[in-house]
Amino acid sequence: MLLFILRRLLLLIPTFLGITLLAFLFIRMLPGDPVLLLAGERGLSPERHAALLAQFGFDQPMWRQYVDYIAGLFRGDFGISFSTKRPVLEEFMARFPATLELAFCAILLASVLGIAAGVLAAVRRGSWIDQLTMGIALVGYSMPIFWWALLLIIAFSSTLGWTPVSGRMGLAYYFPDVTGFMLIDSWLSGRPGAFKSAVMHLILPTIVLATIPLAVIARQTRSAMLEVLGEVYMMTARSKGLSPLRVVGLHALRNAMIPVVTTIGLQVSVLMGGAILTESIFSWPGIGKWMIDSISRRDYQVVQGGLLLIALVVMLVNLTVDLLYGLVNPRVRRQ
Amino acid sequence: MALLEIRNLSVSFETTAGRFFAVQGLDVSVDEGEVLAVVGESGSGKSVAMLAVMGLLPDTATVSADAMRFEGRDLLGMTPRQRRALSGRDMAMIFQEPVASLNPCFTVGFQIVETLKRHTKLSGSARRARALELLTAVGIPEPERRYASYPHQMSGGQCQRAMIAIAMACSPKLLIADEPTTALDVTIQKQILDLLLNLQTESGMALVLITHDMGVVAETADRVIVQYQGRKMEEADALTLFEAPRHPYTRALLSALPENAVGGRLPTVAVGDWGVRT
Ligand SMILES: Nc1ncnc2c1ncn2[C@@H]1O[C@H](COP(=O)(O)OP(=O)(O)OP(=O)(O)O)[C@@H](O)[C@H]1O
Ligand SMILES: [Mg+2]
Repeated sequence: MLLFILRRLLLLIPTFLGITLLAFLFIRMLPGDPVLLLAGERGLSPERHAALLAQFGFDQPMWRQYVDYIAGLFRGDFGISFSTKRPVLEEFMARFPATLELAFCAILLASVLGIAAGVLAAVRRGSWIDQLTMGIALVGYSMPIFWWALLLIIAFSSTLGWTPVSGRMGLAYYFPDVTGFMLIDSWLSGRPGAFKSAVMHLILPTIVLATIPLAVIARQTRSAMLEVLGEVYMMTARSKGLSPLRVVGLHALRNAMIPVVTTIGLQVSVLMGGAILTESIFSWPGIGKWMIDSISRRDYQVVQGGLLLIALVVMLVNLTVDLLYGLVNPRVRRQ
Repeated sequence: MALLEIRNLSVSFETTAGRFFAVQGLDVSVDEGEVLAVVGESGSGKSVAMLAVMGLLPDTATVSADAMRFEGRDLLGMTPRQRRALSGRDMAMIFQEPVASLNPCFTVGFQIVETLKRHTKLSGSARRARALELLTAVGIPEPERRYASYPHQMSGGQCQRAMIAIAMACSPKLLIADEPTTALDVTIQKQILDLLLNLQTESGMALVLITHDMGVVAETADRVIVQYQGRKMEEADALTLFEAPRHPYTRALLSALPENAVGGRLPTVAVGDWGVRT
């Protein structure tokens, strides 16, 4: 098992290098001079312009810039944002908890609801419940995220006034960052109403971000369950006189979870893409919004470093899912 | 009083081509402690009839019968809950595909203990002890190790033994074995059959043995039912059946036994009328 993990970790290195190259080249293909952009309306004298380019290393040949960059990475140096002058890693770490909190809530919601809906649809195959849930899943899957988000905001924030429109926390509350996770920090702060405010701020972004994974997980669970329900061992389970709940919830679901776990893992990468949009819409101060802002500022270092760090997170999640897969599926465990 | 008594059982399926009767007007009775063989070609409704007894048919099946009684209790009139109390305790079933019959995600031990947990008041350690005892009884070597094995780590023969252990866990009064050896190696087939018969003799349970194999019938059964296209063609003591088969279909089946081969070829059992009214 340890060997397996080590091998997988080693395999991450070439993947990671590939991503560094992509990130490095891609950002330099975008039009716009970062130094000019930094200067803004006032403009720059040609000498100052050249000096700044040299300071950031932009006067060097492309390969040189890349090698320097990689060398920096191995020292844990992901570059310095030239709009804030702070290390990219530090900025990332400051925002990552916000994204993690949102993504975690979304994947949790998507998994719990998706698995429940999929199981129900499979058990009541062909009934109106099945048709309704799969119909909703199809709609959810095809819904453009921003459109869906706007609908929810109009309904629940503007019209009903139940949920806030943006941000993570009401302005009335101030408390120190302990973990960076608003749900935990607001709870720890002990301020009345703070936790509720955190929850209210989370609801809409979570729903929006969870929608597509929810639809995918529900459909995958349904088809996995249908396959499993036709297996002979399901007859064995029923012939033992077990309750229907145990037959479906343990014997069938346990087997259906094998493909579903893989699906959930894949949805985590999808979620990262969705987070960029969702965070922008709800002004959620996480990685997604940070990346979008940095792209519009041509902050090369941040986009580069941010992409890499996101890729790293996704790779680690996939590794975890692979390990989980071994736990869920006894047939691959002892090989 | 018979242990299992079925009168005029019909099972039909709703298909796109209309209603299809897999079993029609079948009478079966099984006495305590006897071995009843059910023979007939593929598709003759042997499995469907026994699945109806176990209540394992899918929702698409319609079951009707004038009577379906187990120990005098009406099975069709029972609530699902009452029926589940019988399944696995008083009646059990094993299937044709031993590897597919076991849940691949749980250890063999877990799957045996589960039945004990459902139907007995044994403590955790007593359940484990009983499971190991069962594994030994069905002839699985190294029961301690096999207890923690997953089905994919065992051979087909061992899986069928494990299935038998599960079925025997609560010492049922009736065991239905649906072609328990068909999927196994020829050498293993005999062992499994002997095991079933030994367990049957020791425990005194009734055994319904569904099979294609007339040779097996001759060796094992007290009584035989011959089925064809969902109907019972003939029912007789095993001896009588082999000595003096009354029905032409039975005669045709018997003439297809290996020892009746002529010049390396078996006579075929033609698909025919055989007196079936449809
Ligand atoms: N779930 C089902 N839906 C529709 N038809 C079915 C279903 N199960 C069985 N049948 C049909 O019922 C008939 C009897 O099937 P059954 O499995 O009882 O045959 P069998 O005598 O056990 O044959 P075999 O020796 O091949 O096991 C077959 O024609 C089969 O196609
Ligand atoms: Mg059959």
